[in-house]
Amino acid sequence: MIEFHLDPSSGVATYLQLVRQVHQALQLGLLEPGDRLPTAQQVVASLAINPNTVLKAYRDLEREGLVRARPGLGTFIVGRVPRSDPSAQARFRKSMAAWIQSAQAAGLSAEEIEAIYRTAVRDCLTEGAA
Amino acid sequence: MTSALEAVSLGKRYGHHWALRACTLSIPAGRVVGLVGPNGAGKTTLLHLAVGLLEPSAGTIEVLGDRPGTGPATLARSGFLAQDSPGYARLTVGQHLQMGAWLNPRWDGGFATRRVADLGLDLRQRAGTLSGGQRAQLALTLAIAKRPELLVLDEPVASLDPLARREFLQTLMEVVAAHGVGVILSSHLVADLERVCDYLVLLVAGRVALAGDVEELLASHHRLVGPRRDPAAIPSDQVLIESSHTEKQTTLLVRTDGPILDPAWTATPVTVEDLVLAYMRRARDGEAPAASGLAVVR
Repeated sequence: MIEFHLDPSSGVATYLQLVRQVHQALQLGLLEPGDRLPTAQQVVASLAINPNTVLKAYRDLEREGLVRARPGLGTFIVGRVPRSDPSAQARFRKSMAAWIQSAQAAGLSAEEIEAIYRTAVRDCLTEGAA
Repeated sequence: MTSALEAVSLGKRYGHHWALRACTLSIPAGRVVGLVGPNGAGKTTLLHLAVGLLEPSAGTIEVLGDRPGTGPATLARSGFLAQDSPGYARLTVGQHLQMGAWLNPRWDGGFATRRVADLGLDLRQRAGTLSGGQRAQLALTLAIAKRPELLVLDEPVASLDPLARREFLQTLMEVVAAHGVGVILSSHLVADLERVCDYLVLLVAGRVALAGDVEELLASHHRLVGPRRDPAAIPSDQVLIESSHTEKQTTLLVRTDGPILDPAWTATPVTVEDLVLAYMRRARDGEAPAASGLAVVR
């Protein structure tokens, strides 16, 4: 069993924080198939958040195929987080480094480069946002 | 499903002063509703109308499909906690529970006894000697043990320290999760409301300035930052809520169901607090924000 925590200043929606903590726990091996997640009632009793927030996070995890709700028993881990290929990570780190160097060569400051990166991540990865 | 609260052109007048006017609201059942607004905005008036402590001067209000306060059956369906968690100072904790059992047809004595034990309250202690947090928890226990379908709480955590406040909200959310009871809760503490509420009602000067599902409100509002320009030039599907300008830059808060297509804007999401503050200022300053200010500078 894991315990959720919240970072109110993160700007990340509460349900998404819960989803990410389950992802992380799976990646770290803290949660494995067969393990039970805390019930919505347990989560709201410790975090003082709206129960629908917990249910929404669990629904998202269920859609991803990571958990399954068994009525009357609880919500159980049934899947594993696909871990990306380490060699793919290395490859993208390398091409990112090349990109940063070419940006520096073009005269962009570190701050500008970070701003471009952040904007691009937000535009490409944030769901629902414009 | 019946709504928790339906108000149509609801108004309440004290002498010449309208504490609440033209209030039209439709709040779905089973939600946790945060009621916010400046002091004197009409929050307590609305809550008192919702539980039948006041009669409307205009319009209508229905709670759980019934006119509030019209009989014992209606009264049993909602639980009300007035400001400052009142109790009877000279009665003991145990006598409060006994009174709850006598007065409420659906009284859940098992829950009340368990809850009081969990809180570590002594049944023989007089309510007047409890701490503020304990008194609030006792009052909440009574309101929950009557097993209402809707809990109406007027600033329940205003006078509590941070720990007591968190514990109060934990209890409340646990009950919502376990019994699906709806809640209408007024508070100035927007950070608390952001955690617990899924529906927001903002009152300013006796009128509804904003109401809706929190998630939908957050998804449909954007803060736009870009080069200075006239806010009147925004697309017709965007409603301007607030604008501010420097010599070079314009910052807008807009409401829209469509995407932000203009690449000149950097769009960022807003928080519940951003919305509450922007709509409070908008209601205070009138509904045409800063347009005249821009004309002068140009």
